[in-house]
Parts: sequence; structure tokens; C-alpha cells
Amino acid sequence: MSAEVLDAPATQELTIGRALNLGLRRAMEDDPKVVLMGEDIGRLGGVFRITDGLQKDFGEDRVVDTPLAEAGIVGTAVGLAMRGYRPVVEIQFDGFVFPACNQIVTQVAKMHARSRGLVPLPMVIRIPFGGGIGAVEHHSESPEAYFAHTPGLKVVAVSNPVDAYWGIQQAIAAPDPVIFLEPKRRYWEKGPVDTSATPGPLFTSRVVRAGDDVTVLAYGPMVTTALQAAEAASTEGRSLEVIDLRTISPLDLEPVHESVRRTGRCVVVHEAPVTLGPGAEIAARVTETCFHSLEAPVLRVGGYDVPYPPSKVEELLLPDLDRVLDAVDRAMGF
Amino acid sequence: MTAVRHETDDADIGDLHEVVDPVPGAGAPHLPRQMDLVQLLTPEGERLEHPDYPLDVSDEELRGCYRDMALVRRWDGEATALQRQGELGIWASLLGQEAAQLGAGRALRDGDTAFPTYREHGVAWARGVDPLHVMSLFRGVDNGGWDPVALGFNLYTVVIGAQTLHATGYAMGVQRDGAESAVLAFLGDGATSQGEVNEAMVFAASFSAPVVFFCQNNQYAISVPLERQSRVPLYRRAAGFGFPGVRVDGNDVLAVLAVTRAALQAAREGQGPTFIEAFTYRMGAHTTSDDPTRYRLAAEVEEWKLRDPIARLMAYLSRSGLADAAFFAGVEAEADALAARIRSGTIGMPDPRPTAMFDAVYAEQTPPLAAQRAEFEAYQASFEGGERS
Repeated sequence: MSAEVLDAPATQELTIGRALNLGLRRAMEDDPKVVLMGEDIGRLGGVFRITDGLQKDFGEDRVVDTPLAEAGIVGTAVGLAMRGYRPVVEIQFDGFVFPACNQIVTQVAKMHARSRGLVPLPMVIRIPFGGGIGAVEHHSESPEAYFAHTPGLKVVAVSNPVDAYWGIQQAIAAPDPVIFLEPKRRYWEKGPVDTSATPGPLFTSRVVRAGDDVTVLAYGPMVTTALQAAEAASTEGRSLEVIDLRTISPLDLEPVHESVRRTGRCVVVHEAPVTLGPGAEIAARVTETCFHSLEAPVLRVGGYDVPYPPSKVEELLLPDLDRVLDAVDRAMGF
Repeated sequence: MTAVRHETDDADIGDLHEVVDPVPGAGAPHLPRQMDLVQLLTPEGERLEHPDYPLDVSDEELRGCYRDMALVRRWDGEATALQRQGELGIWASLLGQEAAQLGAGRALRDGDTAFPTYREHGVAWARGVDPLHVMSLFRGVDNGGWDPVALGFNLYTVVIGAQTLHATGYAMGVQRDGAESAVLAFLGDGATSQGEVNEAMVFAASFSAPVVFFCQNNQYAISVPLERQSRVPLYRRAAGFGFPGVRVDGNDVLAVLAVTRAALQAAREGQGPTFIEAFTYRMGAHTTSDDPTRYRLAAEVEEWKLRDPIARLMAYLSRSGLADAAFFAGVEAEADALAARIRSGTIGMPDPRPTAMFDAVYAEQTPPLAAQRAEFEAYQASFEGGERS
């Protein structure tokens, strides 16, 4: 462990970005096979500074400024993983992952299965995702459904500094390839992180606010939005239960089913377009499992089925507190 | 790691169209000018010397090259027959490319690793892969039954060129391990147009990775001839990436062996990548589903028959007294036995268990997939006899 972490108090107030940075640092200290790769992640520390200072401390062989080629980054990471390394790839922005999709879908996802388990691919593909930062096009996308639809991949989305700190370490230690989605617009949001705690398992969902009237599901940047909606609803006497899904593949719906059996109502929130988005799968599964408990259809609040709009109007597409509460009203109205 | 600078080939590239000059009326690719082509054995079986590629090979190895090529050709012929008889779903023939593949495969050492396309049956043989483990892929039983880690021979890759990036990344790992071994990435002429192949060469160059790109230019990407892929001879592309490119007579197993050995050794010694263009010809169809008479003339195939890789080594071995009739008869008998083993082994291959598809999707099984598997098993068990088939 680095002096920096050792000297720090066990519980620190960290931004999500800083928690990721410390988590990566700790993973690199724990396992010399961990290699970070990406565009501008070395000297610059990444465009969001998530890898700040790591090249200086771990050297150019372990924090690799790669050529500007996403397929090349992911494809060479596959080879490094085959050789026994644990590559952690940074895709600079969500919209730039698509050149690497051939490698991710045809190679990364299938290698373990096609080799009958002889070639495991423990690698992490970190992607800052989602909108709300006023960016130009291709910098605000939510591509999680593509990856969750691909057998062989695991897809997680963190929402807070604690999960960022532990989640990145757990994803790196996991034996399977993990798409690790980071809520870029919330990189600067702070929370207390106890770095001496024992973390819970990675691929699980979690109730983050208890309630009785409606179950609201979210992940990544929308968890904060859902919690804000729950707070606002409480002033009107409505009690929302908020569940942070945390993992989109595999979905951990046991806590969701338990909750919906009590509330009878369910709203799913994500930035991704609603059509065939994660909410569609969740709605189907909740309906299959909790049919007799439901008082209303499972409702979805998400991005519209349009290309991500120019930033001056992006807030119209992104689910916010009011749209979540509107869906809650509709669910209560059945 | 120290990046090593190479002297790049800055020779005049005025003769852009040398490869694509057609044989009058036939459209056949000529053999390139001698000065561009490393050749140690002429099509007539005469030994040549090359100043850059002295051949260090024992008589036993020479006979071994012949034996390997003859056995692999027999395997290939048996596989084509088995496909025609409905025992394989498809077969990708290596006919005509035996020298390129055995020369490259035999240049590998223990500790080296190869990343094949889907046609490298000769390299598989050289690495000790059981032919039945290749047959199981084309029969539809699995995706290749061999152990890629133990044999240093990755599973076949069907997506064109994707494996060149894996090879480069693997070589970056070899470099980090400080190991004195090299990686051999196979690709075809069509793959040189793929973005991923070009990215692999950028990465290999930038990190001076110990990887050798071995391109079998068999003149066609299914039906599309080389001139649609490249205006320049393929080996000259390497200069643009900043590492050496060599063109070798791909039907000359001795030249391929010498050139590949030298490139792998340079990689092991930290001199970075090399691009080898093995100039050869796909004598058969792209796969058993293809009909090459629709896009190339018989005259072209006839011309290439005269450059047959096995006949020329046979001529050399006979003429120089390195092998006699008994040797050739022995190889023939061995080929018969191999073909019989492949035939019976293929026909007798059991289908995979119905649940096998669920087995290794993840190293760490997920609860939703476990539930889906249980549903599938219950559904299967609901049929009389316990299993639908």
C-alpha cells in the first residue's frame, strides 16, 4: 500500500474520481500484473484525471499511454490478459468505444467460452458514460445495453465514491471481463469512503433508501436523481424505495422482487434510450416474477429514442427529478 | 524496454503494379522479380544461396519438412472428402500453402506462441495439435479442441485480422516478462486491409514488441484479387510502420524457414517486429462452400501447379541423395494411416452434451445464467427418455 493511503485516515471524504484513482492505485499495489492502458492516461493522468499520478509511481510499462486506436487498445489488452496480465483499459468517452466493439463482442466476450475455460480473460474496460456535462456529440452516450446483451461480459455501473473505490478493485480481481461504467457527470461528487472496510460483493444490487409506496430502480448517475426524487416525494407524504442496481449484467433482481412484492409498483430510471434498454428487460422480469403483486405496470423513465441531442437541450432528454416523480404519480394512479 | 530503430526499406517503390501485371489473357499474378523474393529452392528443386538468409538445416530436418508437408496435404485432402460426404460442415483447404505454413511453423521454438487464422492446419501440425482437434471445429463439435496455452498455438480466429492484435498484446506481455521468446501472428492478404491489422502494426512498432507478422499472400480474399487490397506489394507496407518487410517465396519451405527463423530471432533479441509476405497461391477453393471457377481462370491455377511446394522439395531430396524411394514410400504409408485415423476419428466424434454451451460462458457462473441452464435442463428432461434429440 502506498504511503499516501497508509497515512490517510481510514475514512476519507472522496470524490468519485478520486475514489477511482485510489482504487486503481491499490489494485496496482496488490497485484503486479495489473496494467493500465489508454489514451492520455499516463503523463496527463487521463482527460478526467482518473489515473493521475499513477504513471509517475508505477512506470510506463504499467500505465501505458497507447496509440490513439480503441480497437488496438482492447485487442492488445486481450493478448496481455492471455499472457497472464490483468489489463485495465480506459476508453476516453462512451462514444469512442464503438471502434473497439468488434474486439469486445467477438473476442473479449467469447474467449472463455470458446476455449472451454482454458483462456480466461480477466480484464476491465472502464468507460466514463452518460450525459449532462454540456459536451459535443459522442461524449454523452449510454451504451450499456449493447454490452449487457452480449453473453460473456459483465457490466457494472457505479453511482457513489464507496462503490467506485471498492468496485474498481473488485472488477480488476474478477476472473471475467468487466465493462466498468463510470458516471462522468458525477466524478466530482463527494462522499465518505472507509478504505479499511470490508466491501460487499460486486455483482449485486442494493437498497439505498427504504420506502413503501413505489420501488424506484436506477444505476450510475441516475441513482442520485432517484434519491432526490425520493426526498422530494417524502415531503408530499410518498415513500419511495430506491434500489441501486449496481450491476446490469448479471442483473441482481432478488432485492427488486422482494421490494416490488411489498410496494406493488416499480419505476426504472436510466439515461439510455428506453426502447430495448435495460429497463425493458427489468420490466419483463419483474412482471414475470411479481405479476400477482403488481398494482401498476412497470414504468420506464429514460432517454428518448433519438440520437443524443446537442447539449443546450440535453436536459430535456435526461431523466430528472420531475420526470421520475411524474412516473411515480402515474404508477400511483393505477 | 528500449525501442530499437530499424533501417526501413527506402528502396524505390516506383514499380507499384509489379504484382498485378496479368499473364496475358489470364489475369494470373506473376512471381515477383527475383530481387524482391527470397528463394532458396527453385520450383525445379535447385538450391540457391541468399546472402541474408543462410540456411542452417540438417538432412533430418529437410526430410522432416517433406514429411510434414506430405502428411498435412493428405490430411487436407481427407478433410475435403469428408466435407463432401457430409461429415464436416465446412473445410478451409490449405492446398498449395504447405510450405508457407510448415516453414513458418517449424521456425517456432518452445516458448514461442502462434496466433493463427482459420487455415493454419500446417502450423497446427507443426505445433503438435492433434488433427482431430481441428476437425472437431469444422464438424461443429466445438471451436477447436486443443489446449492453446499448453501448445503455444492459439485457437483459430475467424474474424479477419482480430488475432494480430492479440499477438501484439501477447508480445507486449512477453516483453514485460523479460522472456526470450517471440510471437508469430498469421494473416492473409485480405486481412491487410483491416483496420485492426494496421493498428496491430502501429502498436507493435511503437512498443517494439517481439512479434512477427506472417502474411500468406495467396492472391485472393475469397474472390477478390490482391490488387483490390493494395497498390503496393504487401511487404513494402512494413516500411510505413517503421519495421522491416521481407517477401519470401511462400512455396519454398527452406526460404520460409530461414526468413521466419531470422525474424523470430530478431524479435527475441529485442529488435522488434518484422512483416513477412509469403508469396503463395491458394490452389483450392476459399472453403468447400466456394466456387473459384467464377473468379479465376484455370490457366492461372495450372501455372501455379508448376511451383508446387512439395514436388520441388521432393526433387531436391531425390537429386541430392538425401532421400530414397523407401523414404518416400514410408511417408506415403504414414499418410495413409493418418488419413484413416482422421476419417474414423471424425466420423466417430460424439456431439457435445446439450448443456455444454452453458459450461464456460463465465469463469464465475452468474445466477441468471444458472437459472436459465436449470430451465433448459428441466425442459430437456420433460421429453420422454429424458432428452430431446
